[in-house]
Amino acid sequence: MSAVKRQAFAPNWIARGLWLALFVYVVYALGILDVSWDRFVRGLDNGARFLGRMFPPDFGAKKLDLLWEGMVESFQIAVLSTAAGVILSLPLGLLAARNLMPAWVAWSARGIIALCRSFHPVITAILFVKAVGFGALAGVLALILASMGFISKLFAEAIEEMSLKQVEAVRATGAGFFNVLIMGVLPQVNARAIGFCAYQLDSNLRNSTMVGIVGGGGIGAALFTAYQRFDYDFVLTILLAIIAVIMVSEVVSGQLRKAFQ
Amino acid sequence: MSAALVIRNLRKEYRAGVPVLKDVSLEIGGEGLTAIIGPSGTGKSTLIRCINRLVDPSSGQILFGGEDIAQLEGRALREARRRIGMVFQEYNLVERLTVMENLLCGRLGYVSVWRVWLRKFPDADIERAFELLDTVGLGEFATRRADALSGGQRQRVGIARAVMQGPELVLADEPTSSLDPKTSVEIMELLAGLAKARSIPVVVNIHNVELAKRFAQRIIGMAQGVVVFDGPPSALREDHLIQIYGGQGWLE
Repeated sequence: MSAVKRQAFAPNWIARGLWLALFVYVVYALGILDVSWDRFVRGLDNGARFLGRMFPPDFGAKKLDLLWEGMVESFQIAVLSTAAGVILSLPLGLLAARNLMPAWVAWSARGIIALCRSFHPVITAILFVKAVGFGALAGVLALILASMGFISKLFAEAIEEMSLKQVEAVRATGAGFFNVLIMGVLPQVNARAIGFCAYQLDSNLRNSTMVGIVGGGGIGAALFTAYQRFDYDFVLTILLAIIAVIMVSEVVSGQLRKAFQ
Repeated sequence: MSAALVIRNLRKEYRAGVPVLKDVSLEIGGEGLTAIIGPSGTGKSTLIRCINRLVDPSSGQILFGGEDIAQLEGRALREARRRIGMVFQEYNLVERLTVMENLLCGRLGYVSVWRVWLRKFPDADIERAFELLDTVGLGEFATRRADALSGGQRQRVGIARAVMQGPELVLADEPTSSLDPKTSVEIMELLAGLAKARSIPVVVNIHNVELAKRFAQRIIGMAQGVVVFDGPPSALREDHLIQIYGGQGWLE
């Protein structure tokens, strides 16, 4: 038997170093954030009072009207922005796929996508409120940008991961570019693209409740006003309604994905 | 008999100075099955892929139907490809499409984008596809998705797709390498029958020398990017095989 033990796995010093650095940083960040037990206990007290004022939720007829109006507008914002976002994203994603497009086209498309992704929808919503005024239009425009960033990036990645063998075979029949797209590319990425769109509808529903806070229309406006007037019982009503809608949309988008497997 | 396909001084370098094909010249006649044998990495696939320009040759001519395919671009190249059917080692069917849709892929060079999008292919094409499915023994499978088929069935669809093009030449890149021995024979029978029934040349890359001898009228042996044997199967002797594949232990 040989005395030297042979090494089966090479140590990865870079990875170990990075993990250690991360750990050190987390400890340091906790240190300067001034999180103390004392503060936590005081906070609990505050929180209990806050929750107490929320109950029972306010289901008065006037409030329900307000809620209904806001939710309908939020829903419209979400659906419109997803639809427009998808229509704009598919060509953009296609242009960004490096295995189908010349490098300069792909990189310019990727630049546009990166731009769409650089800001949180709230930031773009503020910009659009300044540009086109208060109301749902600003919210829709902000969420279209967010949808484009998300869907076209994932769509481009789906195209880049598809099997080129299948595409090559279709190309070998003498098919033109668009016929190759329809019969060779789309079938491979279709199901995933629908999955992204369903997910984006989901996330736009959530975001549409938020753009209202900065003036982008929808239920967010009502929520923000209720907070400011200390109508915590109405706040709870709105929160419950949002939770219900998100849960329903979760189920619906799940079914949608299943149908297109 | 005039040659349907003439290859002159075909050369391909993937990396400069490292040629995979070294000035290959060949004439393929108007009909019959031609088998190209040779070790892996010797340029068989590259040769076949140069013919329909899935690979761009570095230099040389590929004369087919009065045109030099090596020089074609855009529409002219697509029109040349329409006339050349191709069968792949891993079938290369579009997995998420049905068998019928895969067959109709063979007509994509002729059908407009709009009709393809709506799946409104000409009735004649659909009728022909059904006939072809019957001939390859998959009459009941038209609406099945391609990823639900076995390897042998997929390759039958692959061949039917090539035939749908109404090709004047069929190329097959190791069509039997992913199949079991019995299915391999069946696939070779289909290809040989195709060459005969349509009187078109079929060029097959193949690893299995026995299958090549059994089905081909002509065998081309390649080694290190050049043709080292060219003749009927009966002329292929052991020393040729040694020259093509090297060594001799494997022959015993």
